[in-house]
Amino acid sequence: MRSTSVRVLRALTRALFYLLLIGGSIMYAIPFIYMVRWSFMTTSQVYDPDLFWPFPPAWENYTYVWQHHPVPWWLFNSFIVTFIGVTVGTFVSCVVAYGFARLEFPGNRVIFMVLLSTMMLPLHVTIIPVVIIFRDLGWLDTLWPLIVPGLGGGAFYIFILRQFFMTIPIELDEAARTDGASRLGILFRVILPLSRPAIATVAALAFIGNWNDFFLPLIVLNSPDRITLPVGLRYFAAGQYMEQQHTLQMAVAMISVMPIIVVFFFAQRQFVRGITLTGIKG
Amino acid sequence: MLFVTPWLITFLWFTLGPFIASIFLSFTNYRFIGLPEWVGLNNYVRLFTDDAKFIRSVINTLYYTAVHVPGIMIMAFFVAILLNQKVKGQPIYRTAFYLPSVTAGVATAYLWILLLQPNGLVNQFLGLVGIDGPNWLTSSTWAMPALILMSFWGLGTTMIIYLAALQGIPQHLYEAASVDGAGVIRKMWHVTVPMMTPAIFLTAVLQIIGSWQVFTQALIVTNGGPRDSTLFILLHLYRTGFEYFQMGYASAIAWVLFVIILVFTILQFGVARRWVYYEGSTER
Repeated sequence: MRSTSVRVLRALTRALFYLLLIGGSIMYAIPFIYMVRWSFMTTSQVYDPDLFWPFPPAWENYTYVWQHHPVPWWLFNSFIVTFIGVTVGTFVSCVVAYGFARLEFPGNRVIFMVLLSTMMLPLHVTIIPVVIIFRDLGWLDTLWPLIVPGLGGGAFYIFILRQFFMTIPIELDEAARTDGASRLGILFRVILPLSRPAIATVAALAFIGNWNDFFLPLIVLNSPDRITLPVGLRYFAAGQYMEQQHTLQMAVAMISVMPIIVVFFFAQRQFVRGITLTGIKG
Repeated sequence: MLFVTPWLITFLWFTLGPFIASIFLSFTNYRFIGLPEWVGLNNYVRLFTDDAKFIRSVINTLYYTAVHVPGIMIMAFFVAILLNQKVKGQPIYRTAFYLPSVTAGVATAYLWILLLQPNGLVNQFLGLVGIDGPNWLTSSTWAMPALILMSFWGLGTTMIIYLAALQGIPQHLYEAASVDGAGVIRKMWHVTVPMMTPAIFLTAVLQIIGSWQVFTQALIVTNGGPRDSTLFILLHLYRTGFEYFQMGYASAIAWVLFVIILVFTILQFGVARRWVYYEGSTER
């Protein structure tokens, strides 16, 4: 008797567990499904309560926004900023992190503490003087403000990489040095090849950070063909183009979200590791 | 030294310089053209005595923080416990819960406007359990709860931190607890929760800092309304500085924001010693 009731209880717990897990996953996925669904609907289909999935899909939403709005420019601008941020930003972060991890120079410790404390200082606090600097450089309404500040490496990224470099045995450096390698040689031939996971993590975080960036581009960019995708989405929905159609808006939203999802599926491990290694939100 | 110069240059140019300049600007009137005009403490006096919107934005941000932070931490904890069990298809479930936090931004904010319409998905769902959902975005009572609800969709980052912490708990602690006759609940309370306190602390710090920087959702989904019910402090700063071009005054807001974040963080580290358990081998 007793054992059957225990078994029933266990089966019930198991069922409840799967219900919560699967139900919760579906709830979290549904908003994305709606985004896809709306992006493929014609305007009249949106108001048809009996229709769940549009067939055939209205690809014309995509071709329309592509041809009638500066969406190609937005995508191009976002791509340029993100590409430079990921490649140059990650590379320079590696070089700087190597300096902090391996080189003894006066003030090394102090400067590293300063770097850590800048992670506590949000851009929002300094945004006013920063924008004034961009104005005086003649950079307003150009992509430079989104590119140049990142060229010195990001504080988060430097921190992650430095922590990783510190775990590499110093004997490897010394062995390379006795073989006649320079400091740069050690970085390129010893440290970087051993740090692929950390570099991939930083690149993934830099991708998300640059691609989703909204606050700064919103402030410094203005012309319709010079803005990035997140800012462009806003122009679009604000009725700037005399339209407020959900379907077109969701098509542009899809265009801006798809690259993240694609990168996420290729680099899922890096994302997860980046967060767990550092505890820092990308 | 040469290796760290790239960062030093951008730091001096775009962080330290502006940081000092913003202190100076906060004591001036500056309208983006002409020269800053020194006004002493006037901006700060105005902030606390003559700016109902600023006070409102601080209260709104506190309201959001008070519900969002505990809410997202409890939900993320719960989801992490679910995902920590051995089940088939675990990567699929993990992705479903995690992906929204990676894509969070303008696009998903517009998506949520549609989901929160009176006859939208959220209210259809509430209708299934017999609740007549409100008109979320046009009600000054329900707009803030709507933003908080939306914020729970982004629990992925917090959840992943918890998941890593859960996987770092040594199995022998549970075995020892079983030997002592502890049930599921007591194991949770006396083993899991104490071992998770570093992760819980970390996420609390991150989420509270994040709450003071809410911007995109407030601008896109509700634009601060209705009747300033979702006016966050950062949105107030943005409007003051870049819509009304009162840049001296906006700098004062920025400085108050900075001090608030600093005080909250220091406070948290101050009380952390009382409840956070650090074991030598714990991550980080």
